[in-house]
Amino acid sequence: MTGLRTLLLLMLALPAWAADQNTEIERFLTETLGKPPAAETLWFVGDLRPAVRAILEHDYPTARVPYWRNEKRTVWVLNEIGKEMPITVGIAINEGTVERVKVLLYRESRGWEVKSPAFTAQFSGARLAEGQTLDRHIDGISGATLSVRALSRLTRVALLLDRQVDKGTKP
Amino acid sequence: MQSRPKHLPLTALTLALLGILCTTAAAETNTDDRLKALEQRLNTLESENRALKDQVKQTEQKVEAAGSQMDRLASQGGATSTATSFGGYGELHLNKLNNRKAGGTNKDELDLHRFVLFMGHQFDETTRFFSELEVEHAMAKDTATGSLGVVAVEQMYLDFSVSEAMSVKAGLMVMPVGIISETHEPPTFYGVERNPVETNIIPTTWREGGFAVTARLADNISIDGMISSGLATTAAKNFAVRDGRLSGASAKAKDLAYTARLKWTGLPGIELATTLQRQSNITQSVEATAGAATLYEAHAALNHGKFGLRALHAAWNLDGSGPKAVGADKQNGWYVEPSWKFTEQWGVFVRRSTWDNRAGDVADSRYRQTDFGVNFWPHADVVVKLDYQNQQVPGGQDEYDGFNLGLGYQF
Repeated sequence: MTGLRTLLLLMLALPAWAADQNTEIERFLTETLGKPPAAETLWFVGDLRPAVRAILEHDYPTARVPYWRNEKRTVWVLNEIGKEMPITVGIAINEGTVERVKVLLYRESRGWEVKSPAFTAQFSGARLAEGQTLDRHIDGISGATLSVRALSRLTRVALLLDRQVDKGTKP
Repeated sequence: MQSRPKHLPLTALTLALLGILCTTAAAETNTDDRLKALEQRLNTLESENRALKDQVKQTEQKVEAAGSQMDRLASQGGATSTATSFGGYGELHLNKLNNRKAGGTNKDELDLHRFVLFMGHQFDETTRFFSELEVEHAMAKDTATGSLGVVAVEQMYLDFSVSEAMSVKAGLMVMPVGIISETHEPPTFYGVERNPVETNIIPTTWREGGFAVTARLADNISIDGMISSGLATTAAKNFAVRDGRLSGASAKAKDLAYTARLKWTGLPGIELATTLQRQSNITQSVEATAGAATLYEAHAALNHGKFGLRALHAAWNLDGSGPKAVGADKQNGWYVEPSWKFTEQWGVFVRRSTWDNRAGDVADSRYRQTDFGVNFWPHADVVVKLDYQNQQVPGGQDEYDGFNLGLGYQF
């Protein structure tokens, strides 16, 4: 019973559930862009839709995504299911290179280790290579294979979307 | 002779001038008409242009509204259209093993070892359900002699998110111990068969009914606590822990088990974890000569680039004169498994395992096994495996050497 009492006390001591998605997105935008500009929208139309499908192995669940642009930097908030539930990830791209990846909301029951900054730091500096893959290996986490894969795929999608936006702004 | 009229040239000139004047007047009339027509057409085009602009604006507003609605629906469903999810895994094995024991029977067998379906449901942001229903060995027949096949609920629990850093689970769950107990889908590990240490010392897949708490103390440290039903082994089985699994099937719950795990994942690709479990009687107080049991387990799982390494040690201490009398008061084992994934599709491994379910006496009861082989992933969730195993076993026991071929998937 002592063990049970300790566990219950620990439950009370931990912070209350505060994983509000909008709050997390706003925090990420402020951390990355300072005062964030108004959101723009990119629709999955034309060649973009099959290109995204090729990375995710399914269509993105929405027909468009919001993004925020500040000079050459774009910021994306994307969702992908690991095993059962969507993981919300913020990704900042600067001139075609990943600047930062952060898990904003993790809903899966296992694999939460992908939230660790030590893990997400592996994506910093990554670029798209041939075949829309990352130009580097990401060390996995035992027991979090599907979550690791979800983050890798979203990072590739963000790089692809950044390239699309960049292409659209060039004369 | 005919005479020409004197006024003919003058008349012709007059007529020509009249013709020019009439033509000019008619042309001016046509230009006015055309200008009027053009002006009218321009007005019509301007009007149509305004109408089209209005239509485009309305269309944009409709698209925006439709997009917002789609986004809302997607977010309500958690990026899917439903809160209920399905999945599964399975593995088909071919064993071609020679039995080195004198008079022993070879194992030449093709077996649909496991077919498992997942079903989960998200009730709301904080409450979810998860289950695994398993068929082992393809079928379960109701015959006088029984059959190898089993239909079993492997997991069935409710998961409550108390906070972002804590969740509580209640139901039938896999124990938080070892490397492959919780994550046992075939594409996630090397080798056709699950490793023998996490079979005979940690009885994977080991599930018990109970209550569990997971707390994430930081981004890289977590603790798990679980209070559950315990094992119920018997003297007839020489107190072997694997034979004590009741898996939630009218499981005796006189002597509960208390389990705690500490896990660290501070560096990318590195997991270090240790588990301690204690139950007050390993036979659920059925055997008078048996007593409490304690399990210690520690493991490391490393992934760095193409290199992988898994190492695990587990040991049981069983109290009581009964286990001691047959050497089962100490049961332990370890394995080391380096691997090299030289592409995303191909990886090779070698594993050395040793285990002993009667290590408490001087009699030789230790098993040793070396495995090496290859995994091929045609897709990240599909795997074909081929390996070779070589055993060294205590005298008089079955000793299987040979090849295993496997096919597995998860989704």
